[in-house]
Amino acid sequence: MTGSEDTAGPVDRRGKAEPEGERRPSVEGAASRGRLVTYAVLVVAVAATLMPFVWMVLGSFKSQGEILRNPSGFLPQDPTGENYSTWFTDLNIESFFINSLIVALFTVLGNLLFCSMVGYALAKMDFPGKRFLFLLVMVTLMVPGVVTFVPLFVMISRLGLVNTHAALFLPFLAAPLGVFLMRQFMLGIPDALLEAARIDGAGEFRIFLGIVLPLCGPPLATLGILTFLTSWNNFLWPLVAAQSEERYTLPVALSLFSTGQNATDYGLLLAGSVLVITPIIALFVILQRFFIQSVAATGIK
Amino acid sequence: MTRRGRQGLVAWLFALPFVIVFGVFMLVPLVSSFVMSFTDFTSRDMVSPLAIEFVGLDQYAALFSNPQFVRSMVNTAYFVVVGIPLTMIVALALALALNSGIDRFRTTFRVGFYTPVVTSIVAVAVVWRFMLQSDGLLNTVLGWVGISGPDWLNSTTWAMPAMILMAAWRNMGTLMIIFLAGLQTIPAEFKEAASVDGANLWQRFTQITLPLLRPTLLLGAVLLSVGYLQFFEEPFVMTQGGPLDSTLSVSYFTYNQFGFGLYGYASAASYVLFVAIALLSLVQFRALRAKD
Repeated sequence: MTGSEDTAGPVDRRGKAEPEGERRPSVEGAASRGRLVTYAVLVVAVAATLMPFVWMVLGSFKSQGEILRNPSGFLPQDPTGENYSTWFTDLNIESFFINSLIVALFTVLGNLLFCSMVGYALAKMDFPGKRFLFLLVMVTLMVPGVVTFVPLFVMISRLGLVNTHAALFLPFLAAPLGVFLMRQFMLGIPDALLEAARIDGAGEFRIFLGIVLPLCGPPLATLGILTFLTSWNNFLWPLVAAQSEERYTLPVALSLFSTGQNATDYGLLLAGSVLVITPIIALFVILQRFFIQSVAATGIK
Repeated sequence: MTRRGRQGLVAWLFALPFVIVFGVFMLVPLVSSFVMSFTDFTSRDMVSPLAIEFVGLDQYAALFSNPQFVRSMVNTAYFVVVGIPLTMIVALALALALNSGIDRFRTTFRVGFYTPVVTSIVAVAVVWRFMLQSDGLLNTVLGWVGISGPDWLNSTTWAMPAMILMAAWRNMGTLMIIFLAGLQTIPAEFKEAASVDGANLWQRFTQITLPLLRPTLLLGAVLLSVGYLQFFEEPFVMTQGGPLDSTLSVSYFTYNQFGFGLYGYASAASYVLFVAIALLSLVQFRALRAKD
């Protein structure tokens, strides 16, 4: 530590003694060299991060024979679309896609509606049990998935819902995190705005629909995106609750194919992986600004 | 009815849809799991619930004398203790690099580092299994620098490091965004003042950036530890907990007991995990508050 202070000191003093005009270029030169190093490190890091995806896409165009011959070869020697056509013709991937979409859409709609309603009550109204309700919601943020897993399964079987779409989305319709997000945002809406409407005789439901919800674009976008993402990638619950092929979601179908008799058919599995992640990556690239805001919002507040 | 009373009623009406779903699918299972953990409930009792008996703490006693459960706790601790610092250091390094004054391609880099977060574990597991084969991509790259890599997923020593590597890859993007948001709240004047006083890059980092970022770092640690203690998906899709239970986590153990139909036993195991998560979060929140 002392050594570095000693070297930093004299350099700085010398710099101050020199005329302004001569000092600047060297400082800027050092800064731009530092920037080049930063860029180089970042490029290598991002290439390493994305390598599995590049590898996935390249592998999906290889035949089974080529993959077995040369497992670490890079570019496909003899590109084939056969893996993809198998998914569409023999394996019926469209139906898994539709199941994933149905489940995700119901989950998103449920969360947007239920979480914003309870969020409004928690942020802008007084009622007995309010603090307790909020505390309860916060505590359940820490509950591991396996705790509710067993009773949920028993309950869904008792209700006769095993192997229905409803079983796949019902348990996820109202996420604690969504309540937290909506409440935090609504706390920032000025009370005066709502009081004015109340004095004009508007009921709470009209205020909620006409004034509060239109202001809640950002947190609704955040909640919608996070919920869609979680639902689309959700794996463990659908694996247990969907018990026949016509209810499988994309991750369930891919997982069952990759542990069954196709476990070593890497070309086919890689093509399946590309098909599973393409919709979400496309959505992410288009909406990346909102995705990143949504993470920052849940983390900072 | 008074205005206050009326508002209370309307408020509960707003809360009602959430309360019903939350009550039925979260609170009821949460309580019944707790009750089940003190019974000998198995899948056979589904048809004749009257045969279920309370067994006190027997399930918990059985758990702690089961070497496989103890192994799963050790594995989970290994994953958390190595995985959290690794993920945080990588995420912090990326956030610092992105915050170091570069202006071009920032968005591209951010999108790149965040992409693993949005993708399905099942899909990325396929390509990771392929890359981690003994003659796969990773060992080929290691071969260039003269290292002969192990058969990662079939080695009791190296399967867990492979899980940790994959988890760090999948989670660093989230933390990077959180750290980046934290870094942007540090006024640039602080660093300028320090460099005028002759502080070098490392001194500015350890004496200005780190202390000011402390709340953000702790928050990241809390979020990550709640997730990492529940560690399940990576071994489920990559190793099925093997080889020889070397990647079996507490969540995975619980899931297996559920699969065997031992519902009471599985519930007890899940509550051990819940208590561990709650305790760790409590300790971390204390630390967070102490410094505020």
